[in-house]
Amino acid sequence: MNLVTAINQAIDIKLSEDPNVVVFGEDVGVEGGVFRVTEGLQQKYGEARVFDSPLAESAIIGTAVGMCMNGLRPVVEMQFSGFAYPGFNQMISHAARMRNRTRGRYTTPMVIRMPYGGGINALEHHSESMEALYGHIPGLKVVIPSTPYDAKGLLISAIESDDTIIFMEPKRIYRAIKQEVPEEKFSIEIGKAKVLNAGTDVTLVAYGAMVREAQKAVALAKKENVSVELIDLRTIYPIDRETIVNSVKKTGRLVVVHEGPTTFGVAAELTAIVNEDSFLSLEAPVKRVTGFDTIVPLPRGEHHYIITPERIHFELMKTARF
Amino acid sequence: MFKEYNPLDDKLFQVIDKDGKILAKKHMPDISDERVIQAFNDMLFARTADMMAVSYQRQGRMFTYPPNFGQEAISGGLAVVMRDQDWLVPAFRELGAWLAKGASLKEIFLYFMGYEDGTVFKDAKNITPIAVPIASQLLHAVGIGYAIKYRKLDSVVYAIVGDGGTSTGDFHEALNFAAVWDAPVVFIVQNNQFAISVPFKKQTRSINIAVKGIAYGMECIKVDGNDLFAMVKALQEAAKLAGEGKPVLIEALTYRRGAHTTSDDPTKYRTKEEEETWALADPIDRLRKYLVSKKLWNEDSEEALLAQFKKEIDRQFEEAENYPAYALDDVFKFHYADMPADLRRQQVEYEKFLQWKEARK
Ligand SMILES: Cc1ncc(C[n+]2csc(CCOP(=O)(O)OP(=O)(O)O)c2C)c(N)n1
Ligand SMILES: [Mg+2]
Repeated sequence: MNLVTAINQAIDIKLSEDPNVVVFGEDVGVEGGVFRVTEGLQQKYGEARVFDSPLAESAIIGTAVGMCMNGLRPVVEMQFSGFAYPGFNQMISHAARMRNRTRGRYTTPMVIRMPYGGGINALEHHSESMEALYGHIPGLKVVIPSTPYDAKGLLISAIESDDTIIFMEPKRIYRAIKQEVPEEKFSIEIGKAKVLNAGTDVTLVAYGAMVREAQKAVALAKKENVSVELIDLRTIYPIDRETIVNSVKKTGRLVVVHEGPTTFGVAAELTAIVNEDSFLSLEAPVKRVTGFDTIVPLPRGEHHYIITPERIHFELMKTARF
Repeated sequence: MFKEYNPLDDKLFQVIDKDGKILAKKHMPDISDERVIQAFNDMLFARTADMMAVSYQRQGRMFTYPPNFGQEAISGGLAVVMRDQDWLVPAFRELGAWLAKGASLKEIFLYFMGYEDGTVFKDAKNITPIAVPIASQLLHAVGIGYAIKYRKLDSVVYAIVGDGGTSTGDFHEALNFAAVWDAPVVFIVQNNQFAISVPFKKQTRSINIAVKGIAYGMECIKVDGNDLFAMVKALQEAAKLAGEGKPVLIEALTYRRGAHTTSDDPTKYRTKEEEETWALADPIDRLRKYLVSKKLWNEDSEEALLAQFKKEIDRQFEEAENYPAYALDDVFKFHYADMPADLRRQQVEYEKFLQWKEARK
């Protein structure tokens, strides 16, 4: 099963279980989404539960807030993460604050799904990785799966969560990774990272489409006798401090990989965390292998921007031998 | 004319019918036969380039492309009316309008091949770059219009958006600001009846798009966007009003005969019958019929003309294909007036990696 099918199954399961779940966004109904993630759901659950909205991201998120206040659990789609910005007012000023402002009277149990990230030869605004923006907003949770299995389990948890979850889908690997995934329902706890590979010399943290690249870098390092502990962060916020810190206490070294810009990014946050909780274990400066502080170039220039296993390997070895 | 075609009555402003016969002589715009022939040539060229763009994409020589097939009369009308000093504020499906404003086909190809250079349109005057975030460009149009007024320039802004775009807040805010500021802006909605898969009737319950302008206190009209003469006439009248500080909303009713982009499959959401019905209203066929009936066009000569167009289009495409490789510097340049030291540092560090990589080969 690939990521698209896994996400589709998670939504399908929740639609069948919970009559309060509704799914809407641009092109998600008849067409089943431009990436076919919601394919077949309108036929199965009808137009009142799975539907096309007019074209307006602010309205999609704002109406979802209202639905939450009156008993529904919307799962909405931003067609691309680059088009979510008109929805920021509703996301930041309302979805993220409603529980606090009303002292818990109203909550916003919604999932805002959005394909994100580069590597698909797309036009402008289709390649950015802006997870750090959401991680910075008090009141929002941010989840990024890297495999079909995780996508299904995490999305089920997200739909069941009583908080607003920004569910970012690495579109580059939508169909690139296939995996055995149980057909039935299962969930994965939000806020828990996963150790993918135990190692002793360096801790390597990645998420989303970068996990696959990091795995290749782990193999390259192994050839040079460097043992890497690879962690898939899976949740950007709330961040799994414990897993990261325990690993760094063991290895004394940390390299973080992400596609999004370096400055004020997720890697900067992880650096602060290991400074706070494992300072005395550190044997090398934390290394960020992250996107430049630039706009993602259009396809002809994207190879300069995209992070390759080789580049991770280069930095990994420098850190290991520091 | 705006009174006669009150959008509340849902009347469609047309000058010629599907067979190219004149319906309303009094509305025939005052343009020479030569200009009409030129417009037909331009529309034919745009269509040929559009079709070839789709096939280049299929051959894997271009990443994506949004076809204009069936919408050529809107750009064709703009090409007739738009002056050098006027502004064009396009969305992303505007091949004919870009060309009319002086953008080169090569640049357009470059954009869809994946170079930012392709949206600079360096030889075109008063044009904004391609706008992908739907309807966001309309507010720029109003700002440009305000500046025209403030600087007392002789210029009008033509801003283009799709039917889907009319659902956004930006569209409504732009109309309202333009009206409140008496900005010289002509808004043109290319109502091709689809926003990707979402049909017009799911986008709005308004009887048409033009009526939306009424609420903002603007002049507005629903025009047959497949009728070159209707487009020219409406744009001429709109330009006059806009020049007096009265913004105008033109709904140009048309049909997107092609896919949304080359990665879209319209058979999922519309019928062959619908496509065939709209094919009968094709803007180029209609204008050709008009020209032939007036003995202004000889269909036999069209083949040779098309062959000549194809040669020219291929030439520009090949030039685009031979464009210099994308340099690393071009990733880092153009973000700030002066590159921050930290950004420079990122580039230097990356170059070290490249050197290491090179040395390992
Ligand atoms: C703000 C925003 N949301 C979503 C998209 C994705 N998208 C690209 S084109 C499109 C449909 C646009 O429809 P319309 O305005 O009718 O223009 P058309 O494509 O028909 O020319 C959508 C939803 C986008 N580009 N920008
Ligand atoms: Mg449209």
